[in-house]
Amino acid sequence: MRFFQALERIRRMLVKEFLQTLRDPRTRFLLFAPPIIQMMVFGYAATLEVKHVQFAVLDHDNTQESRDFISRLTASRYFDLQLRAQRPEELRQGIDRGDFLLAIQIDSGFAQDLRGAKGAQVQVIVDSTNSNTALVGLGYVNEISAQFAQQYQMDRIRRTNPQLVGVIPRVDLVERPWFNEGFDSRWFFVPGVIGNLMLVMVMNLTAFAVVREREIGTLEQIMVTPIRRWEFILGKTLPFFLIGVFDAGLISLVGTLWFGVPFRGSVWVLVSSTMIFLLSSLGVGLFISTISANQQQAMVSAFFFIMPATTLSGFGTPISSMPPYFQKLTYLDPLRYFMIVLRSVYLKGVGYDVLWPQIAAMAAFAVVLLSISILRFHKSLE
Amino acid sequence: MSLPRILAVMRKEFIQIARDVRSLLIIFAIPLILLFIYGYAVNLDVKHVPLCVYDRDGTQQSQDLLKAFQASEYFRIVHLARDYREVVDDIDSGRCALAIVIPPRFADDLNAGATSVQAILDASDSNSASIGLDYTRAVVAAYSSRVQVAWAQNRGMAPPVPPLDVRSRTWFNENLESMADIVPGVVALVMAVVGAFLTSLTIAREWERGTMEQLISTPVGALEIQIGKLVPYFLIGMSDTAVCAVLSVIWFGVPFRGSWTILFASSALFLVVVLSLGYWMSVVAKSQLAASQFALVATFLPTFLLSGFLFPIDQMPVVVQWITRVLPARYYITILRNIFLKGTPVRMFASQLAALGIYALVLVIMATRALHKRLE
Repeated sequence: MRFFQALERIRRMLVKEFLQTLRDPRTRFLLFAPPIIQMMVFGYAATLEVKHVQFAVLDHDNTQESRDFISRLTASRYFDLQLRAQRPEELRQGIDRGDFLLAIQIDSGFAQDLRGAKGAQVQVIVDSTNSNTALVGLGYVNEISAQFAQQYQMDRIRRTNPQLVGVIPRVDLVERPWFNEGFDSRWFFVPGVIGNLMLVMVMNLTAFAVVREREIGTLEQIMVTPIRRWEFILGKTLPFFLIGVFDAGLISLVGTLWFGVPFRGSVWVLVSSTMIFLLSSLGVGLFISTISANQQQAMVSAFFFIMPATTLSGFGTPISSMPPYFQKLTYLDPLRYFMIVLRSVYLKGVGYDVLWPQIAAMAAFAVVLLSISILRFHKSLE
Repeated sequence: MSLPRILAVMRKEFIQIARDVRSLLIIFAIPLILLFIYGYAVNLDVKHVPLCVYDRDGTQQSQDLLKAFQASEYFRIVHLARDYREVVDDIDSGRCALAIVIPPRFADDLNAGATSVQAILDASDSNSASIGLDYTRAVVAAYSSRVQVAWAQNRGMAPPVPPLDVRSRTWFNENLESMADIVPGVVALVMAVVGAFLTSLTIAREWERGTMEQLISTPVGALEIQIGKLVPYFLIGMSDTAVCAVLSVIWFGVPFRGSWTILFASSALFLVVVLSLGYWMSVVAKSQLAASQFALVATFLPTFLLSGFLFPIDQMPVVVQWITRVLPARYYITILRNIFLKGTPVRMFASQLAALGIYALVLVIMATRALHKRLE
């Protein structure tokens, strides 16, 4: 009997919360449109792909060999030839202005040196204002040069010592990229964008949940009703939880259907871990709400959590590249675990057997933070 | 317009900021904390790739190759697998990003001519994977040429010379450290967020608490309110920028090759843009919740993802590139990188400065007009 009364009180609370949230057309719009729009824009924007690198070339040799080398670069989808320079100054000025990222200079005598005993040289200048693009771009140049060089070496051996062909020892590398064979950057970032959007949305809603009632003065009214604190907290969080689950489904569909990110895992693993992640973000939001005296404080605190949380989650840059103490700090970030779950479920297709530590960590966050919020809420009622 | 009235509003705003401990915190501590977290955590350098090795040959030669991986600072051997199942587990669970599998008969094949090793990599993080793969290729190629040199010397022949040598020079960020291009971006990110955020609540709070009516009943005008409310935040923002910029150079060792005057001039312009944006949102939204949500939607994620802070704009689809042009932070980040890393003369980024100037003008006018209407 008492259980049903509690249920009834939570139901009333739910109705109130949904009315409050969905009555305002602006809030209604903010709940559903931005996640989809942001998913579309950010899904396209978040890529570390390095393709169509603009480059310039200065060919002082102008032989068949030098042209062959250049054509290997232009034929690759990684490079776009922007300028055939005549003088070295053009290369320098173009890089200063940012017209192109990479400049290749081939001095005269290239073809001769290539055939000769001491080997040829090419000069590469790269604008490393963006170090990652520069590093990846240089990697492509090195790879293309290595292929070019290998062919010339074989030709040279055939010419000078034909009996050695196939006898000289050589170690080849067989490359087996798993999970993302085409090195498609979007496959990695789109699931990450889902996690970020979820965190920002849910935190932003719940951080205000309790504190708004307090600031407007309606908290006193609720206090005089027979509702108990855990019923109140449950009634507060459940609507945001349901909205969160709905939004998560929406943007996950955009991720798979629109961006074509493969979904190799089980839907159930994704749904269950998304729910647990939402609960842990709700926990953080509610906790902030109970320690804040007004909406501005709630806002500041929510933000102060969100900004580091997105970075420390390993969304944009790998956790393994962070300094060791920052790596330890990432364990305090629920999004860190969800990021691994999302990417693993989408790309690797692994299940609970591999992901249980992550899911357990998020569940622990949820339980601890929600309990603290309920306990702290009691104090503030007095 | 009266100076005493503006000063009175400013004084009121300063007192209000100073009284609220958390406001003070967001103003002074958060920019610094964010600078440190972002400066250290946003790092794309690939080093110490966790590596799993599975040596099915177990000969002197295979051990030599593995020693080459061990000696490289780019790799860290975390697991010696005993069977293929363990390799799969390591990659699946993310314990290792790369596995080197040396086939049986590796040494025998090498003595007879060509042999191969297998690199299995977790390419789900495509960027780190492709950089890691470059390093792997370099290690294997170096080993291969060492073997060739030894082989040639044993036979009394001249060692083979690599026919092509790529001499690369990196300009502006010579050591290819991602910190040097990320940290100036962090300054922009922090300013964009903190700036818009601080002001987004300032007018909405007055409406919500009912103090706006009191303010309206005083002789103070709309423009005076605007100036009086924005100047304190502008001063705070400028001092934050100064501290962040100085720390970037002193603490993070980012080179500074441009002029400080231009840095402060462009920062002032950018601050006017973000403060006016926050103010305008605050006037239009009238509720703190809506204002802060607008501020959140409009500043943090767009600046993080669309400004070129981390993800290069020229790699985005054309439509998204147009969208990035709407973002003031995009121009500011370009200017900052020019000032910090390139030290190019102003004319090289005059168009970015002009864009910021136009934004400042438009937003100041928008903010002024919006409040005027509401006061009537």
